[in-house]
Amino acid sequence: MTTYALFLGCTIPARQPHYELSARKVLPKLGIELVDLENMTCCAPPPLQSIDLETSLAIAAYNVCLAEEADLSIVTLCTGCFESLAIANTMLKENEKLKERVNKILSSAGKEFKGTKDVKHYLQVLLSDVGLDRLKKETSKDLSKLKVASFSGCHALRPSHLLKFDDSERPRIFDSLIEALGSKSIWYRNKLKCCGGLLRGYADDVALAIAREKIVNTTKAGADCIVTLCPFCFLTLDLGQMLIKTTFHEEYNMPILHYTELLSLALGIDSKELALDFHKIRLDKVLNKIS
Amino acid sequence: MTSAKEEKTHALPFSKEIKHRLGGETITLCYQCGTCASSCPVAKITERFNPREVIKQSLLGDRQAILSGEAIWLCCSCYNCQERCPQKVEIADVIYALRNIAIKKGNIPNIYSEFAAGLMSEGRIVPISKFLEKKRVDYGLPPLKPTGLDALKKILSCTGFDRIWQKKEEAS
Repeated sequence: MTTYALFLGCTIPARQPHYELSARKVLPKLGIELVDLENMTCCAPPPLQSIDLETSLAIAAYNVCLAEEADLSIVTLCTGCFESLAIANTMLKENEKLKERVNKILSSAGKEFKGTKDVKHYLQVLLSDVGLDRLKKETSKDLSKLKVASFSGCHALRPSHLLKFDDSERPRIFDSLIEALGSKSIWYRNKLKCCGGLLRGYADDVALAIAREKIVNTTKAGADCIVTLCPFCFLTLDLGQMLIKTTFHEEYNMPILHYTELLSLALGIDSKELALDFHKIRLDKVLNKIS
Repeated sequence: MTSAKEEKTHALPFSKEIKHRLGGETITLCYQCGTCASSCPVAKITERFNPREVIKQSLLGDRQAILSGEAIWLCCSCYNCQERCPQKVEIADVIYALRNIAIKKGNIPNIYSEFAAGLMSEGRIVPISKFLEKKRVDYGLPPLKPTGLDALKKILSCTGFDRIWQKKEEAS
């Protein structure tokens, strides 16, 4: 059993309880204990970085401080949270001057960043603490008929020198975790390209056009579903298909799942326990291919 | 109130002002090769945004056009350009620096104001609805822990974030 401070962030509890639910059901089954800490806040993602980078760095560092005090490393579900916290953690660990600058701010809140803990994406935890072999053994369902288009989103991979997650041009971790469950991870055009999600709310037309490309490319490649890691990618691609229908008069019905949902189904957790009604695009096509 | 330090940076040429800000440090390394533009998912869709042009205009000191235009808000922060830049210009971060300067001048798009308001009142940029709080119980999810709003407010006051927000409130 390994224990981590779970950093939930804002979007998952506010919009996607199905992501949290599947994670809380499946990760402990694999020996990962999740602890909820008090007093965490928003991670300070790109919208706040756009307002003020220094404040955002301090907010991210503040949250890492809470984990340091609890003597735990952080695990995130949301890729946006992973990026904000991991970037801050690496930058402050590697840059003494910046650490001093941020610690001056943190002292106003009675905190000090020490740099003693890690910020991990849950895929890293699955790979290092559970391992592909155990995942293969724990899989109780047959997923061999399922063709998955993996989409890691941007902020698990880039900026790679600060996130230290995977090769940003030829990533392998996510696909290997999909294949460990017996499903096939397929290639599709512009697989590593952004979903446009962060432009939602400012330039919806541009955001939707970028999202549409992702849906078109995965459909052309014959995917049964897209598997995501980030609640923003999920929203952009799942709800996005409703908007594509009204704006472009095109219907794709491409199911979108979070990886923890696919993992839960592979390990035999009943689909009725996973609040799948939060998905706009129905998952029948996926569920029918899992036996 | 403008601090002495701010007045000093404001008097600098625009490229130096950017260079002195967090995120903007690498702007002057750009040699305009265009790798960023060819890696940009937004530039592929629309002519309204081209990262190479944003950097060029900034280096040429076109302060007003950059800070009041829409281009800096059309970066989707995917970091593809930054990852591939042969000169290691941290392009997405430079754009954050430009946004930071624009916002200090009072140019803040509505969507960002909404996020800032959520942060300052609840410690979250997306509030939790009563509906979802109830759903959590139905699903057997644990109650959400309280956010560290007191500590957060101290941080926001220390960096002046709350004053940026006040200015916006007064202006509207």
